[in-house]
Amino acid sequence: MLHPGIMDLAKYPFLAEAGEYLRDKGFNLEQLGHPDWTPLVEKAYGRIVVASSGQVYGSDTERLENPDMEILSFIVAVILLKAASIHTLTRRFALAEARRAERYLQRDLWSNKEKKNLELPLKIIQELFGVEVKVENDEFVIKVADYLQRAVHFHEKEWKLVNRRIQNGFVYLTAHETVRLIRTELGQYINSRIQSISLHLIPDTFKASVQDLVSLASKFSDAVVISSDYPPCVKHAIEVLEKGENLPHSGRFLLATYLLARGQTTDQIAPLFKNAPDYNERITRYQLEHIAGSSGKGTKYQCPSCDKIRSENLCFAIAECDGIINPIQFGKKRGKTNA
Amino acid sequence: MLEKDVSLVEGAIKEYYFNHFDLIGIPSKISQREFGYQKINGGMIRHVAINDIKELHLLLMRETPSDVYCSNAYYSFPSMPMSEKDWKGADLIFDIDAKDLGLSCRNDHSVSRCSECHDTVIGKQTACAKCGSTKSELVSVACKNCIAESKVETKKLIQILVSDLGIRDEEIEVYFSGNEGFHLRVVNNSYEILESQQRADLADYVMFNGAIPETFGMKKQNNSKSTLPEMGEFGWRGRVAENLFGSKSKAAKMSRQIILDGYSAFQVRLDSMRQTIGARIDPKVTMDIHRIFRLEGSINSKSGFSKFKCKNIDEFDPFTDAVLLGEEKAEVIANCPVQIKLKNKKFGPYSNERVSVPKYAAVYMICKGLASAV
Repeated sequence: MLHPGIMDLAKYPFLAEAGEYLRDKGFNLEQLGHPDWTPLVEKAYGRIVVASSGQVYGSDTERLENPDMEILSFIVAVILLKAASIHTLTRRFALAEARRAERYLQRDLWSNKEKKNLELPLKIIQELFGVEVKVENDEFVIKVADYLQRAVHFHEKEWKLVNRRIQNGFVYLTAHETVRLIRTELGQYINSRIQSISLHLIPDTFKASVQDLVSLASKFSDAVVISSDYPPCVKHAIEVLEKGENLPHSGRFLLATYLLARGQTTDQIAPLFKNAPDYNERITRYQLEHIAGSSGKGTKYQCPSCDKIRSENLCFAIAECDGIINPIQFGKKRGKTNA
Repeated sequence: MLEKDVSLVEGAIKEYYFNHFDLIGIPSKISQREFGYQKINGGMIRHVAINDIKELHLLLMRETPSDVYCSNAYYSFPSMPMSEKDWKGADLIFDIDAKDLGLSCRNDHSVSRCSECHDTVIGKQTACAKCGSTKSELVSVACKNCIAESKVETKKLIQILVSDLGIRDEEIEVYFSGNEGFHLRVVNNSYEILESQQRADLADYVMFNGAIPETFGMKKQNNSKSTLPEMGEFGWRGRVAENLFGSKSKAAKMSRQIILDGYSAFQVRLDSMRQTIGARIDPKVTMDIHRIFRLEGSINSKSGFSKFKCKNIDEFDPFTDAVLLGEEKAEVIANCPVQIKLKNKKFGPYSNERVSVPKYAAVYMICKGLASAV
C-alpha cells in the first residue's frame, strides 16, 4: 500500500486511493450532479480541453490550494471521457495527466532527495510499473534491463544505452530522466484506469459537456500525404542489387517487405532480385510469397523498424528521415485538418 | 555432397555422439526449447520438442544430423508454429565470427573452389583458370590468426558484460563455434525477458554503436566549456578516455587539443574507435529472440569440429581441443592447396591425390569441399 496523503492524491489523482478518499469523505456521483457543482464540471471539462490541445493542465498550480477540487475534477473528467467514449480524447487526456504527474514526481524526487524521504514517488514507480529505483549520491539508479524495456521507445540518441552511464548492471539517471522513462506507462496506466470504469448513468448536468467533447473530438483527424520517393535504405538496397552485388538477407527482407507494404505485388518485386549473384527465380518467388503471407502459414511480415535496420548497418539516413521509426513512414507528412 | 562422402561423414558423426554425448551441453528448461537439425544434403527441420536428455540422445543417434540447433528462447509450446509457441524468455546470445572482422589474413587461407570442375586455388578468383567458369565458392580453412583475433573480441565482450552489464563470470558460457569464431550464452534472469528491439540496443552498446560526443562531455555549443572523461572512469567513458589519451600524464594536454578540434571531429573519432574498443559481434544473432543456435557440444558440419566449451579461452586451441572425431585412417582424394594443421599434425597441401589420413582430417577436408571419399 502507498498510503498517500491528501496533497499526494491531488498530485496523483489516478491512484486507486483517490477513489477511496472521496468515498470516505462521502462524495457520490448523484451528489456531484447537483447544479451547485457546475463549476467543478466546467473545471473537469477544461482539464480535458487543455489535454486535447497537447498542453499539461494546471502546471502553474504549484501549491494545489484546493486539493479536493484537484481530485474531484480529475474523477469527473474521467466520467465525462467515459461517457463520450472517444479513444483519441481519452488517450490525449491520459498522456497529458501522465505528464502532469511526471512534473510532481520529478519535483518530489528532487526535493526529497536530501531528506531521504523518497518513499512515495519511488513506491509509485515501483508498485505501478515494477521498476525498482535506488538512490546513490545525487543520482537515481535502475537496472539495465528495466531501462532498456522503456528507453527503446525513445528515438533521441541520448537515450541509447551506449550514451548512458552504466556500471555493474545499473543505469544512472537524473530525477527528470527517471520519470520521463515511465511517462508512457503512466499514460497507459491512467488510460487503463479510465477503461476499467463501468458507468451506467451520468447526471444530467454532465450531458452538455459530454456533447461538447464529441464535437471537440471531430477536430482530430489526420490527413496523410504520400510521396512516391523511396527512403534511402530502400534506394541503397535497390542500387546494390542493380549493380549485381550481394545484398545480405536482411537487406533483401527490408526491400521485399517495404515494397509489399507499398502495395506492390510479388510479380512486380521478383525481377529486382534478378541481378543477385545467387538468383534463383523459383526460390525468390517462394520467399516473396512467404513474406507476403500468400504461402506458408499465412503470416504477413512487416517492414523492419529503422532501429533494426540501423543495427544491421543498412541505414543511410538523410534529413527527411527525421522523426520516422519505420521506412514505411518515409515521405508521409502528417498534418492536422479541421475537417 | 556425394553418397560416399555422406556415409564417411555421417559415420564419424554417429561415432562422436555415441562416444562423446557427455560433451553435449544440455540446455536448462530442455522441454521448453525448440530444437532443429539438418542432415547432410537435407533441409532444416525445426519446431522439434524434446522432453529430456534421453530423447535428445536418441535423436542424435537415430538421425545423425550434420548440425543440431536449440532455441535460445523457451516457450510453453515449443513444437507449435512460431505464432503459437508462447514465448516466455530467451537467453542472451552473442556470436563472434572471424569472417566479419575484416582480417588481412583471410585471403591467404581462403580457397576458391570452382563450382563446375571443382578445381581449387588459394585466394579469390574471378574465373576458373582450368575451365573458365565464373561460378565458384570461397571456403576458409583453419587459421590461427583468425582464432586469435576472435579471442580478442570475445575477451572485450566478456569484460563489457561483466563490468558494465553486471553479468557474473559464472553466468557466461563461452564456446568455440565449431568453425571460425566463438559463441557466448548468458544465463541471467534480468536480461532473458528483453525483446528484440531492446536486445538490438544492447548489441549496439557492446559494439559501441551510436555514441554521441555529448556523452563524453563534448558540447556542441560553447565547445570550449567541454570536459572530457578521465581515465579510470567506469564503462565507455573510461574506455574512451584510455583510447584518447593512452596515459594519465598526456591526458590534460591531449584533452585541450581534442576540445579545440571541435564537436564534429570528435564524432569522427568516436566512430573510428568502434573497431578498437567495441566488441565486434554479429548483432543479428543477439537481437534474434527466436533463433535456433548451434547446440553446445554438437558437431559443426562446416568443419567436423565440435562446438566446444572453453574453460580457459587463452589456452584454448580449437585445432586440437575441438577436433574430436575418430583417429582411424580414411582414404580420400584430396585437392587442398593449403596446408592444414590439426591435432599438431600437418596435412597437405594436396593436389588431387589419394591420401590416407585420420578420420577427423578426412571429414574436415570433405566438409570444406576439398576432398572426396574413395
